[in-house]
Amino acid sequence: MTNLAVSIKSLHKIFNQGSNNQVHALKDIDLDIAPNEFVSLIGPSGCGKSTLLRVVGDLVSSSSGQVLVNNKSAHQARLDRDYGMVFQSATLYDWRTVAKNVQLPLELMNYAKDKKEARTREMLKLVELQDFHNHYPWQLSGGMQQRVSIARALAFEPSILLMDEPFGALDEMTRERLNLELLSIWEKTKTTVIFVTHSITEAVFLSTRVIVMSARPGRITQDITIDLPQPRNTDTRENVRFFQLETQVREALRESERMSV
Amino acid sequence: MSDTMERYLAPVIILVIILIAWEGLVATLQIEQFLLPRPTIILSNLFQVVHLSPADTTATDEELQNALKGNQLVVTIPAKASPHLTEALTSAAIIRLPWFNSSLLLLQGKNLSPILQAAWYTLKEALGGFIIGCGAGIVVALVTSRWVGTREALMPFAIAANSMPIIAFAPIANNWFGIDNPFSKMFIVAIMVFFPVMINLVRGLTQVDANSLELMRSYAAGDFEIIRKLRIPNALPYLFNGLKIAAALSMIGAVVGEYFGGPRIALGVFITQEAALFRFSSAWAAIIIACMMGITLYLIIILLERLAMPWHVSFR
Ligand SMILES: Nc1ncnc2c1ncn2[C@@H]1O[C@H](COP(=O)(O)OP(=O)(O)OP(=O)(O)O)[C@@H](O)[C@H]1O
Ligand SMILES: [Mg+2]
Repeated sequence: MTNLAVSIKSLHKIFNQGSNNQVHALKDIDLDIAPNEFVSLIGPSGCGKSTLLRVVGDLVSSSSGQVLVNNKSAHQARLDRDYGMVFQSATLYDWRTVAKNVQLPLELMNYAKDKKEARTREMLKLVELQDFHNHYPWQLSGGMQQRVSIARALAFEPSILLMDEPFGALDEMTRERLNLELLSIWEKTKTTVIFVTHSITEAVFLSTRVIVMSARPGRITQDITIDLPQPRNTDTRENVRFFQLETQVREALRESERMSV
Repeated sequence: MSDTMERYLAPVIILVIILIAWEGLVATLQIEQFLLPRPTIILSNLFQVVHLSPADTTATDEELQNALKGNQLVVTIPAKASPHLTEALTSAAIIRLPWFNSSLLLLQGKNLSPILQAAWYTLKEALGGFIIGCGAGIVVALVTSRWVGTREALMPFAIAANSMPIIAFAPIANNWFGIDNPFSKMFIVAIMVFFPVMINLVRGLTQVDANSLELMRSYAAGDFEIIRKLRIPNALPYLFNGLKIAAALSMIGAVVGEYFGGPRIALGVFITQEAALFRFSSAWAAIIIACMMGITLYLIIILLERLAMPWHVSFR
């Protein structure tokens, strides 16, 4: 048995199967992801990126095919709390302070009190929000809220981080800063990341691999390895190879848009 | 801070303007007392304000006694009033005024005791019904939110029942529990407040953000944990909206329920009787007391709301 973080074989997802508004959201997806990879999913709107992420996270069931996560079914992996989820909106609970939001998964997993608090402190330090323990979400900017949601996703040390356009709603400057922060977290925590994005630059900058998808039906059209040196930093964006890879992804996207029409 | 001052000051100013306009209009248009008494007359049923000035020595004891009986608003009292009168006066609340070396004396009006007695009786009915109705509403909402099928089946009936004129139940409730039994009024109040609380709470428990739910599922949280950590906190603002409606309805329900019969010490009965005897200012005073109790109940709910959810948008 190979040691893969995620292994997807001939996966199909058809919404409303049999009815007249049936949608073939995912068609014949094959994808293997090794531990500690950073994989981005990119593609035109409606091509099934979110659906693929949700199938992996066992939030949506597949219609056919096989999804293995850490050599278990996706369902078992969810029960084993292998996933950390980050959505486009921070999805913090209004009634909880920053620290309490980060503690939510720890409460559900019955962490001891001191371990819970230590872990919260550690996580908030990681996302540089150590001075905001007792603030409520509405007292934070959008970027800070998203950092809290990342801290929350990492708090219980999940082996796989599922991120659905986590920085999509943020301005360019904040997004670039959070990209760097996410990379340093990824290096420290050794998690596997599946990252949905609409930004070519973001995908190339962050990832070890970029998966390009096309719509109607949603399928994988290209699998591009990003061989930029690690660790990435601000210089990476000026690397010639960076531009080459950006162009490659852009052309792959254009190709997939053509296939979608 | 000045923002909150303004928030509280504005309604007070409006109230004062309304009272002055009311007083002025009734006086200038010479509207009959039994149609609409002046606010000062209504207030004199509740308390009198007596102005004590040591400088004024003209009034006699007898004049003072008469003034007090007649519910006049302002009475001057000499420094050397008779011992038994001063004794009675000292038992009342005296507020020293900084001008003219005088003091303000608050006296209980002659009608206050029966009104207060009736108000207390009716308040107990309203509170009892409020607690029973809201309690039942909360329990039913929590139970049905757990079993989606029952909720879907029950909601249309709840909404239909909510649009029924519940007051029409009053004679039936009187019949069931006995006209002098406070439970007959509590029952009406409970039925009235049940639906707004239940419907609002169900809405709050079910209208949960889809991502928040997915987050819980990604943690493999159980149904009970989802209810406790997500659905209930999410529902609190809805619940308190329901409770505010219930607070207003409970006083209305109790008083109107009493119109269909009840013991003589009840507020609704008191109002009908005073009106029948052409003692309109006293009836009005009772209405104002009922109104004040309703507002107090409402304010208590708002206070609890603030304590229960300090995070909420409306308190920022
Ligand atoms: N719950 C659902 N029921 C029915 N159809 C759905 C559902 N969720 C998604 N779809 C359909 O599946 C397809 C893929 O949707 P998905 O949300 O995965 O796209 P996406 O690639 O994430 O798009 P975007 O970039 O706009 O977020 C779309 O055609 C969408 O309409
Ligand atoms: Mg999406």
